[in-house]
Amino acid sequence: MIAPLASLLTHAAGADRTPDPAAARLAADQSADLIAVAAGDRAAFARLFAHFAPRVKAYMLKLGMPGQRAEDLAQDTMLSVWRKAALYDPAKAEAATWVFTIARNLRIDMLRRERHPEVSDDELLEHEDDRPRADDVLDGDRRARRLRGALASLTPEQAEVVQLSFFADLAHPAIAERLDVPLGTVKSRLRLAMAKIRKALGDDDQ
Amino acid sequence: MTARQLFLPNHHPSDALLVAYGAGSLGEGLSLAVAVHLAHCPDCRATLAEVEALGGALLEDLPPAPLESLSLSATLDRLDREEAPGNPCKAMRMRPRCSRPAAPSPPAPSLPGPLRAYVPSLEDLSWQRLAPGVRRVELLPRTASGGAAQLLRIAPGTALPHHGHGGLELTVVLSGHFADELGRYGPGDLAEVDGDTNHQPIADSHRDCVCLIATDAPLRFTGLMGRLMQPFIGL
Repeated sequence: MIAPLASLLTHAAGADRTPDPAAARLAADQSADLIAVAAGDRAAFARLFAHFAPRVKAYMLKLGMPGQRAEDLAQDTMLSVWRKAALYDPAKAEAATWVFTIARNLRIDMLRRERHPEVSDDELLEHEDDRPRADDVLDGDRRARRLRGALASLTPEQAEVVQLSFFADLAHPAIAERLDVPLGTVKSRLRLAMAKIRKALGDDDQ
Repeated sequence: MTARQLFLPNHHPSDALLVAYGAGSLGEGLSLAVAVHLAHCPDCRATLAEVEALGGALLEDLPPAPLESLSLSATLDRLDREEAPGNPCKAMRMRPRCSRPAAPSPPAPSLPGPLRAYVPSLEDLSWQRLAPGVRRVELLPRTASGGAAQLLRIAPGTALPHHGHGGLELTVVLSGHFADELGRYGPGDLAEVDGDTNHQPIADSHRDCVCLIATDAPLRFTGLMGRLMQPFIGL
């Protein structure tokens, strides 16, 4: 049911990766395709499908989902992308980020019959966020590039807990047990990893 | 900076907890507690956006898994059916914000958005007396992943004995205040207590303190809930 640790870590040792300029261009193309999908462009949808459906399926397989359900969930995710494309705001998130959240929520819905309680942008309480938004500081392409750089800069130990957090569906105590380290170590590795991500995305200057 | 920002929360979820929430590995009750905090806290929403960006980057990096041969055409067929004239789903796609089920009644202004899916308002609930000065509403008695969530309404000055325990327990304040060794908690503040923490909260304002308490396991009579419930279930 749970993927072997070794397979989870195939991509964890990312310290030798360098930021890929092609990836950033890809991110901009994907955003443009999503906007086209909102206007009903099926060719753009087919391109997004070709890129994301196999990755969403891989994501579900990594989480231990059987092949057929992973396939179904990949298709459901893309259908949701079609339906919700008008909600996508390229200034706020990469296309990959947006697709990730859709797949994550559908999986929770399908697997656990649970909801993932969330805050929608139009129901924020009391305080308007009047800080500059991320897009004022950093455009999407630079954000994608910097994020990849930050991922590549994680230590193998940090990358490992990040991978396990996203792909093993384990609570932190279970991750600690699996790695045979104290719970506090898991939490501090995640904190250090997030500090690198935050710094890279330029949110460290407040 | 606006004056209203004076009321931003002071007690936040850890980065690790936000990663678990963003990765989708928290149960529904714990996620609800985090979401209530997020409704109050722009800083933690910014961190969550970073966590989700991280999820997107990890998704990008996955080696693609082969799809079934007719995967795209099967999806396009479903899409065709949705787009067929007369199908209400077509309107749903073009105006997606209307696709959510409408709230049955106007929500109480004081209730954080994520909670509205669970309770109509704090006033209309049937509170069950649990102990002197303490009333409770079970919100999620037992979620599919094993957690639980309840609302507690605690009278001013009531102390809640607490001891350390193995699981994760999240408390987020909806109204009023409580205090413990770590500080004073008001609306939106989230207390994250796991195995190695010990605290004794006291409702410390002049009005009831209403909070949401979520745990990662049901019926484990430990922690705040356990101490409250023990006299009533004969443990």
